[in-house]
Amino acid sequence: MSFLDYFRSKKTSSASVAKERLQIIVAHERGQREQPDYLPQLQQELLEVIRKYVQISDDMIQVDVDRNDDCSVLELNVTLPEK
Amino acid sequence: MAKIIVVTSGKGGVGKTTTSASISTGLAKRGHKTVVIDFDVGLRNLDLIMNCERRVVYDFVNVIQGDATLNQALIKDKRVDTLYILPASQTREKEALTRDGVEKVINELSETFDYIVCDSPAGIEHGAQMALYYADEAVVVTNPEVSSVRDSDRILGILQSKSRRAEMGQDPVKEHLLLTRYNPERVERGEMLSVQDVEEILAIPLLGVIPESQVVLNASNQGLPVILEEQSDAGQAYDDAVARLLGEEREHRFMTAQKKGFFSRMFKGG
Ligand SMILES: Nc1ncnc2c1ncn2[C@@H]1O[C@H](COP(=O)(O)OP(=O)(O)OP(=O)(O)O)[C@@H](O)[C@H]1O
Ligand SMILES: [Mg+2]
Repeated sequence: MSFLDYFRSKKTSSASVAKERLQIIVAHERGQREQPDYLPQLQQELLEVIRKYVQISDDMIQVDVDRNDDCSVLELNVTLPEK
Repeated sequence: MAKIIVVTSGKGGVGKTTTSASISTGLAKRGHKTVVIDFDVGLRNLDLIMNCERRVVYDFVNVIQGDATLNQALIKDKRVDTLYILPASQTREKEALTRDGVEKVINELSETFDYIVCDSPAGIEHGAQMALYYADEAVVVTNPEVSSVRDSDRILGILQSKSRRAEMGQDPVKEHLLLTRYNPERVERGEMLSVQDVEEILAIPLLGVIPESQVVLNASNQGLPVILEEQSDAGQAYDDAVARLLGEEREHRFMTAQKKGFFSRMFKGG
């Protein structure tokens, strides 16, 4: 690799890094947009119910809706604390 | 029935007003009766770009609030016969635009105009949402740069959920990507996102690519929509974009770096 190529390849990466970062953030934000409005409220209430039995913190619960062509799946992930 | 086109972006300063001025001028030049509305209430600027700042008497908000008629507020362009400008208010808040008020004005304009071009303010809040609410088509102005691309995607989300067409369950707003301030040399050096990169990320049809060009600043200094600089790269790129908006097929230009010879470099200064 010549001296010039070294600088070229370094520069090439700046646009491709930008592209990669954008692809990730845009996909993430699109996913969030498609979530139903009631989701945050649902998550809060589920948290309260679970807390009646187990002490968990806010970030230990995750609620998502996965939409497929003919059905939607409500996905609930709760991490329980170690005993 | 007029076709309503919003020029929007989310991010500020990417070229919405430049684009609104040129697209409306281009449509009018082709004989379509066109009005361009400045939705940037509080930060009026379209009047300067269209060179009619000294002729503003009444504005958009005056018409909404019934203090003036549309005919009193509309400014007839001095260069293109079928072109009119509805300036924004300089002294009000964006909240002065209400959905009903905007609808009333747009309905009245629809009776006599072929095209209504709405120059959106920056952001994704009230002002931007008012500008895009009644749109049939959207020109999403994007610069090849991370924050602009991300904001364009957010505005696409709003077009798809909060426009009248979305709320009424009608056909969606037709989306067009207009990539502006494009610098092919920097793209070739890998410093700038390419047209293909942005198309791939946003996944909407490409209306055109406007090169980064000194002519734009020069034209705005003089109050000339850059599309009227017919010999310039940016002017021609806007003309192509207008043609495509009207359904014409035109090959994309100004997307690759000019290989400059020694002499042209000497004489054109780079
Ligand atoms: N293709 C271009 N080449 C060079 N400069 C450009 C180009 N397009 C726009 N500009 C410049 O960028 C600046 C911002 O343009 P403009 O006012 O059209 O953006 P805007 O999106 O309307 O901004 P705002 O969000 O504040 O309303 C201006 O100085 C303009 O001259
Ligand atoms: Mg503007």
